[in-house]
Amino acid sequence: MKSKKIISLFFAILPILFLAVASYAQEQLPNPAGINDAMKKIEEVQKNANIVWTLVAAFLVFFMQAGFAMVESGLTRSKNASNIMMKNLMDYVIGSLAFFFIGFGIMFGTNPTGFFGTDGFMISDIAKDNDLWVYVFWMFQVVFAATSATIVSGAMAERTKFIAYLIYSFVISAFIYPVFGSWCWGGLYHGKGWLEKMGFIDFAGSTVVHSIGGWAALAGAIVLGPRLGKYDSNGKPKAIPGHNIPLAALGVFILWFGWFGFNPGSTTVAGGDAGKIAVNTNLAAAAGGLTAMITAWLLLKKPETTMSLNGVLAGLVAITAGCNNVSPVGSIIIGLIAGVLVVLSVLFIEKILKVDDPVGAVSVHGVCGAFGTIATAIFNEAGFSWSMLYVQTLGVISAFVWSFVLCFILFKIISKTVGLRVKPEEELEGLDITEHGNIAYPDFVQAEK
Amino acid sequence: MKKIEAIIKPFKLEEVKDELQEIGIKGMTVTEVKGFGRQKGHVELYRGAEYDITFIPKVKIEIVIPDELVDKTVSVIVKNARTGNIGDGKIFISTLDDVIRIRTGERGEEAI
Repeated sequence: MKSKKIISLFFAILPILFLAVASYAQEQLPNPAGINDAMKKIEEVQKNANIVWTLVAAFLVFFMQAGFAMVESGLTRSKNASNIMMKNLMDYVIGSLAFFFIGFGIMFGTNPTGFFGTDGFMISDIAKDNDLWVYVFWMFQVVFAATSATIVSGAMAERTKFIAYLIYSFVISAFIYPVFGSWCWGGLYHGKGWLEKMGFIDFAGSTVVHSIGGWAALAGAIVLGPRLGKYDSNGKPKAIPGHNIPLAALGVFILWFGWFGFNPGSTTVAGGDAGKIAVNTNLAAAAGGLTAMITAWLLLKKPETTMSLNGVLAGLVAITAGCNNVSPVGSIIIGLIAGVLVVLSVLFIEKILKVDDPVGAVSVHGVCGAFGTIATAIFNEAGFSWSMLYVQTLGVISAFVWSFVLCFILFKIISKTVGLRVKPEEELEGLDITEHGNIAYPDFVQAEK
Repeated sequence: MKKIEAIIKPFKLEEVKDELQEIGIKGMTVTEVKGFGRQKGHVELYRGAEYDITFIPKVKIEIVIPDELVDKTVSVIVKNARTGNIGDGKIFISTLDDVIRIRTGERGEEAI
């Protein structure tokens, strides 16, 4: 009797249970409209996150301008400090405008030949594509263009006519950098360059940004000639100590900090590989600083501060090309080699080539940029291949020929027209007074002329 | 009255000053100076290239004292400024004609 009651109760409840389960199941069943909405929202969140990350990274890279200004002024004499600030300020000012009107279109516009872009000037693609991403992308790219331009300032410090530097700034930001950039990075937007079609890898710009700037710096330093008093009558190099090593060190810390935007930000995607790239970037910088210090200690008897600072930058420049496709251990090896390379290169350029590069810009950006780009093939995580090594080397050589030859011609033309170098008496008095009419430290007695 | 000019190593200034005050020296003038003696500067390395430091930074102390304090003052300076190494500096002693305290117009030893 009792069991009958329970059974009938069970059957009475059954439909209710069934309904409950069915309605629950229905909530879990695919609802095409709902899924599409959710997917759209996820996409939108991801897109906004990409915008935030890429802009933050762009602002970090912008801050590297301050780093360059501090490194260069710290490693040169106080009588030219104001001039160095002006050069670093105005190459960004002129570079921004030149890249807006001319450079961006050449670098990222539709590229039928593979050698230069032809449209999208003045961010005009916003009308065509109706996609706000182009603003973010432009902002990220302009700070890279400015980084390339500002490298030259240090190598040509303490003797270059200011007007000559302004002309150079315009030409590199409007033409020299964007044309080479279109060969390697055009595909990031509307273009497609011949080097990237061959599989050339330069993730964040060891070659595109740093070598282009470094080889331009070499051309500039050669055409200019050394600073007065840099070599004695026998051609033996004399030291011209920088006036503020703490400032130079601050500059290197700022550059290291900015590089966390430069490399991890080059994903332009929030998430994914940014963490690994940050680790690789940091490890290479550390390794470069270490071996530069040891090399200086062995060769020059002291753990030289400015060489160690150069070593950190050498590691950073070298890992920039391969930061996304080498392992952390590979990054350390790249940094270790770059740290040795930069010290040897500084000594070679100064003592053998007899080219006066006050801050080591050619060694850090030109030489270590080239090394890092080739190392990308050697330490490739997915495996080494001769064809990749060939393409990487081809890119390195193309950058040298393009930047060095064009800049050499450019500086020669400037030299023959408006003049590239200040008069000897202006150089002795300092460019702060003679070019800008003010000095960096008016409250201090000038220690030396 | 004598004027004592002592060129010493900059990091020895505090010790010299402290003991000079203890023996009753009431005032001194200190100047940061640069120069060379028989040591003729030295050579330093910067980024692998040599450069000469011809003029080495020193501190110059000027003190004016009554004649009877000369020996005591000199021995205090020598004792506190000496390291025994090259470049410890020199002391110059000269006779002084007159001293005037600007505020009161006092002259001679009264004005020291």
